[in-house]
Amino acid sequence: MNANGTRDFVTGLFVLAGLVALAYLSFTVGGLRYKGDGGLPVYALFDQVAGLKPKSPVEIAGVRVGQVASIGLDDTFRARVDLDLDSTLQLPVDSSAAIVTAGILGDRYIQLTPGAEDLMMKPGEQIAYTESALVLERLIGKFLVNVGDKSKTEDAPAAADTGAKEGTP
Amino acid sequence: MTESVTRLGRAAGGISEELGRLAAFAARILAVTLRPPLRFGEFWAELFKIGVLSILIICVSGVAVGMVLSLQGYTTLVRFGAENSLGAVVGLSLIRELGPVLTALLVTGRAGSSVTAEIGTMKATEQLDGLRMMAIDPIDYVVRPKAWAMAVAMPLLSGLFIISAIAGGYFVGVQLMGIDGGTYMSSMENSVDFENDVAGSLLKSVVFGIIVALISTYRGHTAEPTSAGVSAATTSTVVLASVTVLVFDYILTALWGV
Repeated sequence: MNANGTRDFVTGLFVLAGLVALAYLSFTVGGLRYKGDGGLPVYALFDQVAGLKPKSPVEIAGVRVGQVASIGLDDTFRARVDLDLDSTLQLPVDSSAAIVTAGILGDRYIQLTPGAEDLMMKPGEQIAYTESALVLERLIGKFLVNVGDKSKTEDAPAAADTGAKEGTP
Repeated sequence: MTESVTRLGRAAGGISEELGRLAAFAARILAVTLRPPLRFGEFWAELFKIGVLSILIICVSGVAVGMVLSLQGYTTLVRFGAENSLGAVVGLSLIRELGPVLTALLVTGRAGSSVTAEIGTMKATEQLDGLRMMAIDPIDYVVRPKAWAMAVAMPLLSGLFIISAIAGGYFVGVQLMGIDGGTYMSSMENSVDFENDVAGSLLKSVVFGIIVALISTYRGHTAEPTSAGVSAATTSTVVLASVTVLVFDYILTALWGV
C-alpha cells in the first residue's frame, strides 16, 4: 500500500465513521424504525390524556412493549391514542389500558393490563377498557369543593356523592 | 439627502450584483459536476484534507461542549429536581442546534479558510492561468472537488461532533454528577425524534456545508492576486461564512422548526 493508498483508506474510514454516527443518531437516539414490517398498531379512547405525548412508553408490568404513535380527537371529543406495540406481543382482546404517572409529577405513560381471553388482538383493533389520566389539579379542586359542601350542610353530601358518581361513569 | 439615497442604492446594487456572481459561480460548479472525467481521486484527496484532518478538532470540541452542557444543564435542572431529564436537554440541544452550527463554525475556521487561501494563492501565483493555458477549466479541476468535499464532509463531521458531545455529557452527568446511565440515555432516546429533530439536524448540516463550500471557494476564486488580497479573502471567508451560517440557522429553525 503506497502513501496515497493509506490516505484513501483513512478517508474511507472517516466516511464510514461519519455514516455510522449519523445512523446511530437516526436509529438509536432518534428511534427511526423501518415501518414496513408492521408492529401491532392498536388504539384506545380516553376521556382525558393530559400529559401524555407521542413517543411516551407503553408498558406491561413495567416492561416496555411499545410507544404512543399519535394522539388525536375522535368524533365524540374523546382522545384517540394510537399505540405502536411490538409485533411479537400476544395481547388478549379484553386487555385494559391506563394512563399512569412515573412518580407524583413524572412523565405519563400507558400501562397495559392483559386480560384473560383466549382471543388475541389483531392490528388496528381497539382496546375497549381504558382508565384516564388523573389530573392532580382537578382532584384537589374536587376535594376542596367536597370539604366545603360538607362543612356547610351536614345531610347534603350523600345526595351530592351519588350525583357525582352518575356523572362520571 | 439625495446623495445618501444614491449611496444606499449603489450599496444595494453592489450586494445584489455580488449575490448574482455567487449564484453564477454555483451554477458553473453544478454545470461541470456531471461532466466527465468525474475526478474522483481529487475529490477523495480533498475529503481527506477537509474531513479527516478536521476530525481531531471536531471530536475534542465536541467532548468539551458536551461536558459543559451537561454540567450547566445539571446545575440548572437540579434546582427543579428534574436532573433525570439531563439526557433530554443535552441530546435535544446538541442535535437540534449546537451540533450543526458549531461544526459549521469550526470547519469554516479549520478548512474553509485553507480552501480560500489555497485557491487564492494559486490565483496569485498564476497557477489558475496556467491551467487555463492547458485548456483545463480551474472551476472543474480545482474548485469542484473542494466544494463537493466540503459539502459531503459537513454532515459526517456534524454526526461525529454530536456523538462525541453526547459521550462527553454522559461522562460528566453519569460519572461525576451521579445520574443513572440508563436514565440519561433513555431520557434522551424518549425525547429525541427522527422526523422532528435528527432529520432537521441533517438538513441544517447539509445546508451549512453548501454555504461554507460556496463561500470559501468563491472568495478564493475572486481574491485579488496579491498576498494582501489572499489574506483579505481568507478573513472575509471566515467572517462571511460564520455570519451566513448563523443567519441561515435562524431562518431554517423559524421556517421548518428544526
